[in-house]
Amino acid sequence: MEKAIITVVGRDTVGIIAKVCTFLAEQKINILDISQTIVQGYFNMMMIVDISALEKPFGEIADSLARYGSEQIGVQIKCQKEEIFDSMHRI
Amino acid sequence: MINIHEVEETNAMIEKENLDVRTITMGISLLDCIDSDLATLCGSIHDKIYRCAKDLVKTGEEISRDYGIPIVNKRISVTPVALIGAAACHSAGDFVQIARTLDETAKEVGVNFLGGYSALVNKGMTPADELLIRSIPEALTTTDLVCSSVNLGSTKTGIDMDAVRLMGTMIRETADQSGERLNGCSKLVVFCNAPDDNPFMAGAFHGVTEGDVVLNVGVSGPGAVKKALESIHGADFETLSETIKKTAFKVTRVGQLVAREASRRLGYPFGIVDLSLAPTPAIGDSVADILCEMGLEYAGAPGTTAALAMLNDQVKKGGLMASSYVGGLSGAFIPVSEDQGMINAANAGALTIEKLEAMTCVCSVGLDMIAIPGDTSETTIAGIIADEMALGMVNQKTTACRLIPVPGKTVGDSVEFGGLLGRAPIMPVNRFRCDDFVNRKGRIPAPVHSFKN
Repeated sequence: MEKAIITVVGRDTVGIIAKVCTFLAEQKINILDISQTIVQGYFNMMMIVDISALEKPFGEIADSLARYGSEQIGVQIKCQKEEIFDSMHRI
Repeated sequence: MINIHEVEETNAMIEKENLDVRTITMGISLLDCIDSDLATLCGSIHDKIYRCAKDLVKTGEEISRDYGIPIVNKRISVTPVALIGAAACHSAGDFVQIARTLDETAKEVGVNFLGGYSALVNKGMTPADELLIRSIPEALTTTDLVCSSVNLGSTKTGIDMDAVRLMGTMIRETADQSGERLNGCSKLVVFCNAPDDNPFMAGAFHGVTEGDVVLNVGVSGPGAVKKALESIHGADFETLSETIKKTAFKVTRVGQLVAREASRRLGYPFGIVDLSLAPTPAIGDSVADILCEMGLEYAGAPGTTAALAMLNDQVKKGGLMASSYVGGLSGAFIPVSEDQGMINAANAGALTIEKLEAMTCVCSVGLDMIAIPGDTSETTIAGIIADEMALGMVNQKTTACRLIPVPGKTVGDSVEFGGLLGRAPIMPVNRFRCDDFVNRKGRIPAPVHSFKN
């Protein structure tokens, strides 16, 4: 399994999770775990997803997800392969 | 499984604290290009570099996008050109031809810099070494991306004072010939004990003991260290060193990941990670700011050498465990023009060349990116270089000088280099003469290796 971490940060509105999840489903990305908090009105979410069924290059998906976030939902979305976090926080 | 706080910490380091991978540097051996015909040699050099490095920039950008970590520079280092050109070059102008080939090839593959226009003359100069050194002013002022370095001494061989004196002259000539262009001296460094696998410019070259093609990575992250120290403001030395170590570990692990991934994607072996705290002129990306956070009013205040010694040592201790192979310069860089905190310290009068010299005894490299008055004599430059080389020779460490005489300017003025090279106030140089010392012929013998006091 190849995993990526998606982070979504922005002002809280209705339907952020729904929109992001629909986008991911269309790209054949399976969600493994979601954690979410709201700090001072700011929506903060992290998803761990499985990207092994992707049909397009990962970089393209990451770019279109970032664009979708800023243009359609008004939030900042980052999508990074999991290894950078594993490298930094696990020995 | 990774939790939200760990993800936030990593992304804050990248987005707010300027954490980046400073460079992926591809080392390419040019030994198999050697030919006695200059045109054939230049053709082979172009073909080999192009073949090896054509995907370097694209791959670097892909890795950067996949992990969300900026990779600021993609660079190339080659075998010291004095060796490669020895059979074909009969004049300094012939060497300049090679420099132009390197420059054109570097532009073709899209890298930021290419290092290795170098000579290793720690014990003596061959005629080719001397020709290359004499070609440096023209080579650096007629190309854009070529960087040059000369190793003038080592702990095992002593210091070649004939080469030191010659470099004093070449540094002056490079500055004088730069005219309106970027001062060529910003791409020129002299070393004692130069490492073969350094990925950082201007001193990168691909040593003859290296394999054919190798990938070295240089990390950065002074902003991340400063931020971590802010969170334990005023704590004791034990907490201070542990915090530096942990941060250096995290920063280096990112470098190790990028190095391994670049090696896998490009199909060339991973060489080393260089664990350096490399500042940039960006606010918050400063080594001097870390020293201030440790409790100094400015870098250069009493206590600076001790603070820097500790910082440098803890960076190494944290980084060593994070990477399977560590090399290069590995430590904290203290360039003046490339670090806003150092610029502030120099402007405030807290930092002098003499204090910087003391600082170079305990951290990586040396007198780096220091602008000096344009009328500084070549023997004075040679004298400063000789002092810095002696520190490296006796203390068994790498030391370097990247001094930049700025024509027409003097103490009180400042100079703008632009981009990552930053800007610098002209620093005062000791005006007492050393001509009769540096004009002596020959070399300083290697130091004794026992009776350490």
